[in-house]
Amino acid sequence: MSLFFSLLFIVAALVMVIGLARKIVQYARTPAPLKIPTTPAPVTRAGVVLRLFREVVFFESLFKSTKWTWLFGWMFHLGLLLVLLRHLRYFTDPVWLPIQLIQPFGVYAGFAMVIGLVGLLVRRIFIDRVRYISAPSDFLWLAILIIIGFSGLMMKFVAHTDVVMVKEFFTGLMGLHFETLPLDFPLIVHLLLVALLMLLFPFSKLLHVPGIFFSPGRNQVDNPRERRHLAPWAKAMEEQQN
Amino acid sequence: MAKADFETPELQEYVDVPELVEDTMVHLSPFVAKPDHNTDLNFPGELVEDWHDKALAKLDDLRGRFRSLQVYLDSCVKCGSCTDKCHYFLGTKDPKNMPVGRQDLLRKVYRRYFTFAGKYFPKLVGAKDLTRETLDEWYSYYHQCSQCRRCSVFCPYGIDTAEISMAAREILDSIGYGQKYCNEIIAKVNKIGNNLGLPGPALADTLEGLEEDVEDETGVAVKYPLDVKGADILLVTPSADFFAEPHVDGLIGYGKVFHEAGVSWTISSYASEAANFGMFIGSYENMRRVSLRIRKAALDLGVKRIVFGECGHAWRVAYAFLNTLAGPFDFLDPKYPVPQHILEFTWDQIQKGNLKLDKSANDDKVLTFHDSCNVARATRMGDKPGGQLEIPRNVIKAVCNNFVDMHHDTIGEKTFCCGGGGGLLTDDLMEIRVKGALPRMTALKNVMEEEGVTHMAAICAICKSQFTKVLPYYGMDMNQIVSIHQLVSEAIILTGQNSGDEEDEEGDEEDDDPDA
Repeated sequence: MSLFFSLLFIVAALVMVIGLARKIVQYARTPAPLKIPTTPAPVTRAGVVLRLFREVVFFESLFKSTKWTWLFGWMFHLGLLLVLLRHLRYFTDPVWLPIQLIQPFGVYAGFAMVIGLVGLLVRRIFIDRVRYISAPSDFLWLAILIIIGFSGLMMKFVAHTDVVMVKEFFTGLMGLHFETLPLDFPLIVHLLLVALLMLLFPFSKLLHVPGIFFSPGRNQVDNPRERRHLAPWAKAMEEQQN
Repeated sequence: MAKADFETPELQEYVDVPELVEDTMVHLSPFVAKPDHNTDLNFPGELVEDWHDKALAKLDDLRGRFRSLQVYLDSCVKCGSCTDKCHYFLGTKDPKNMPVGRQDLLRKVYRRYFTFAGKYFPKLVGAKDLTRETLDEWYSYYHQCSQCRRCSVFCPYGIDTAEISMAAREILDSIGYGQKYCNEIIAKVNKIGNNLGLPGPALADTLEGLEEDVEDETGVAVKYPLDVKGADILLVTPSADFFAEPHVDGLIGYGKVFHEAGVSWTISSYASEAANFGMFIGSYENMRRVSLRIRKAALDLGVKRIVFGECGHAWRVAYAFLNTLAGPFDFLDPKYPVPQHILEFTWDQIQKGNLKLDKSANDDKVLTFHDSCNVARATRMGDKPGGQLEIPRNVIKAVCNNFVDMHHDTIGEKTFCCGGGGGLLTDDLMEIRVKGALPRMTALKNVMEEEGVTHMAAICAICKSQFTKVLPYYGMDMNQIVSIHQLVSEAIILTGQNSGDEEDEEGDEEDDDPDA
């Protein structure tokens, strides 16, 4: 069983990293032949960095739109970030000081994350517009994330897992040593779903993570009068016609 | 066309987000282009036999050439943020008029044929086969989008339905399923130089008529020149400005401003159209072809600057794309941006004090301003972000005493489309035009009742035509729409102008205080 998990996580990590890298390369290589930032837009690079920062960290556009979705979505994402940071203790030895310091917050964040997710799920079920646009996978993602969060909280508050063993397993795995995992039910569920998430990441709507950084509506400098913005294929077309 | 074909929505105090009613607009499709109109633009004349493979090949081609399309198709998480933002959804209740609903018509097919999940688990991710019905659905609903970008403001990833609509229309064109209105017009521009098919002599006549009118009224010989070589400024304006009401009053205003600024200017009969419908159909090639006419006109006439008249999508193509499509414009005077908007020009003249303005000339009106969607969300004026929202208001306030804005959720970057943009300004789409105007009509009605607003200024030929047509459906008057430069025209006191038909003792001397 532990061997299965070792192999699973190696494969999942590879699929996620290679899959994402391929998508990022695809996005980066696909030209954006015209300037299409949603205006008013920044007129400098620095302004664009700031715009993306506000978008990624505060979900600025969503805030303009729907406060409830923003609240639940932001709770979930911020919670997830803290939880992920907290989990770094299973992968580093010694644990970095900042990671040690956020440990207690990471626990609260786990609750925030699950509450946010449940809010999003309720919204998806009960608002007719959101229900209409939802595919089965949209519900499944929420379910997967809720179960991941819930099983994690179970291990913290209800049925403790031997976290020392878990840490040995993952630090070992990073050096390609296969160690044993404590085979507790919540942990198995937790890890199986995390691996599933990693496997599906590059093939799903989780692509919004790299996508936002490549969105021409948000990442372009508003300077089309000052500079031409010729894509390679457009240039070739121009040369052919002139 | 007839009013009886559909019901005009009733105006309430607010536009409530409606509950979904499926397929309320599935019956509405614009007229299909005739074979000639398609072939003129290098598209197949009629729906090709292997449309299925051709359409998929085109989608594949486009997602490789336009990062926006690839990223936008992948990134949507179905958060629902955009679902209540489209004026067409608010006016029709049809879920396929929700931005994400509209996008998904194409996204479903993209997923089915180009993603791992859609190929192997189509039901799970909502992927669908491309069928003949899909094509008709695309044709219907992608011609119920005015590419106004309101949804993109609220999307956490900046996904812009306009980009998806453009791609879908390009795919449809590429298999011979084009829209009559757009394709016919682009062909007309390619042949004659403007959307309305006005040939040079007709333009000359019209402009001469304007000169006579203005001279009769003011006693000043303001020129409206055509094809004058060596003029400083080439004015490119939507062809509706040459004859439609209220557009033409705006053109009269541009001429007066140029006259007072003391610059020489000209219109070109070869490039007598600011609008570029190539954008509506998502065709880079056609957009470029139309843009190159402006470059050629500027070169042939030897002008130093290019100025665009009041027009929305036109200003987008001009501001955001012209330099890329038809540049570099290194043969023009580098002191000025290429191109400039007429409002940038006029605002500059006002700030320099070159225009004598009598605001009281517009005292019979209380104004509000409709931000044109593409000006507000796809362009800029001046050198600061948001200038496209400020400069038009600054000019209005400089020429009018009474100005009130509509509700803040309906102006600026959140402005609602007039309902007729993006290639929808055709009678065969009247139903969606009227229903889509609901949010703007509601906001207008509110300021009329609460603030006594009498007129709404607009800076887009499509907005002006659309409102003129649609206002009566909502029980308002078509003459409530004015050009900003019509207001400027009313207020401006030309050098040497006789005081017109009112009193003789004021306003006719150069050194009169305009605000007195």
